[in-house]
Amino acid sequence: MDEALLRSLTPRAITALVRRGADFPAAEDAVQDALVEAVRVWPADRPHDPAGWLVTVAWRKFLDAARADTARRRREVRVEREPAPGPAPAADDTLQLYFLCAHPSLTPASAVALTLRAVGGLTTRQIAEAYLVPEATMAQRISRAKRTVSGAPLDRPGDVATVLRVLYLVFNEGYSGDVDLAAEAIRLTRRLAVQVDHPEPAGLLALMLLHHARRAARTAPDGSLVPLAEQDRGRWDTALISEGVGILQAALARDRLGEFQAQAAVAALHADAPTAEETDWVQIVEWYDELMRLTDSPVVRLNRAVAVGEADGPRAGLAALAGVEAALPRRTAVAAYLHERDGNLATAARLYAEAALRAPNLAERDHLTRQAARLNARRSP
Amino acid sequence: MAKYLLLKHYRGAPAPVNDVPMDRWTPEEISAHMQYMNDFAARLEKTGEFVDGQALAPEGAWVRYDGEGRPPVTDGPFAETKDLIAGWMIIDVDGYDRAVELAGELSAAPGKDGKPIHEWLEVRPFYGVRPNVTE
Repeated sequence: MDEALLRSLTPRAITALVRRGADFPAAEDAVQDALVEAVRVWPADRPHDPAGWLVTVAWRKFLDAARADTARRRREVRVEREPAPGPAPAADDTLQLYFLCAHPSLTPASAVALTLRAVGGLTTRQIAEAYLVPEATMAQRISRAKRTVSGAPLDRPGDVATVLRVLYLVFNEGYSGDVDLAAEAIRLTRRLAVQVDHPEPAGLLALMLLHHARRAARTAPDGSLVPLAEQDRGRWDTALISEGVGILQAALARDRLGEFQAQAAVAALHADAPTAEETDWVQIVEWYDELMRLTDSPVVRLNRAVAVGEADGPRAGLAALAGVEAALPRRTAVAAYLHERDGNLATAARLYAEAALRAPNLAERDHLTRQAARLNARRSP
Repeated sequence: MAKYLLLKHYRGAPAPVNDVPMDRWTPEEISAHMQYMNDFAARLEKTGEFVDGQALAPEGAWVRYDGEGRPPVTDGPFAETKDLIAGWMIIDVDGYDRAVELAGELSAAPGKDGKPIHEWLEVRPFYGVRPNVTE
């Protein structure tokens, strides 16, 4: 319980220190030190005002570190001119921290690590476990990222689109460890959507909720992938779906369409179909046409070809696939599927096997290998 | 981020440019080579890209199952003709280009006469751990 609270207070404490004149890397360090102290002290002596306690203790840690560092540091901290530490601001004013941690000068991996630590309040060890690298490596990655952005102003609005991309990376690429990064990404996106007056963060939140709702149905007990058409829809989380759909509808009503809203609309149409056969593929194709206008990314073209294949038949899908660059991951897998639907089983089996060799991960490789094996077994009596 | 294995061979890789067996180097040249490898790993830890590095002894054997209740069969030491892996480094980097860049630097480790060996290293991508959310 306290861990969740501490994590939620972390970005506000960092922001409060920065407002008082600490630079971002030092503020982040001081808040981490204060968190360690909180974990030690709170079980026996829980403060009335946890947020205020954290800021006060972090500020003291910062001053101690600054005094110890004064000889080494060129920047002088003007301690005398600082306002006395008061209560932490009640409002959540951590938005600038989101922008800073997704600063364009950072690589995606650095932005993800820094966001999880400064905005998410995760420990370096938790982040290292999630991405399967040694803790020392992750510590270096984070401190380099902090140094990279340490000169960036914290009072200038950044680029929301960059923040959304980082949060979507966290959602999609969380692996292992004791922190559920998909849930963490949802938590951070939820906070962001409250603070930003734009429908795209809400669109991303809806997209995450709709994907997350299907999580239990996406893998079989043995860990193998279950394609969307074969998923047990009874295992989809209806509460998450209705929340996602509600958030999406409110966002779309504002008439400022963006790519995450459009992707969420596709996910909502899947969630809306009681059976795979009842999926409204024609409307899904229309949303992909919108996405093509918004981004025209190769991945969107590929997904559109799948939808066209369902709406207008496999040959139309293969025609749409002709415009997708050959090197794109999963293109061969889509071609195999469309050829199978078109009755070209020999071609489909060959393409499934070829796609398996180029799959980006084991679960997909095994799934595609099984598809090839299934067709080969059917062809040879 | 993507993980890659940089694989170093005792035998089986194409011949390097500076192709002198290590037992013909001076002790100082061997030390310099080892130092270069250690410095390289330390630098990668600082950039937040290092995952693991291990060296393997040159001996080993082929082993296989030989049926219920029987001990595994070994065919004894490796034949001189067999590929022999000397060790590896695992890195976690932004992409393939960076993996190639780092392998190139590792291949420049000094050998005989302190000149770069230009040895061939294998660069092998890991499978991702989990599929992205797909429709």
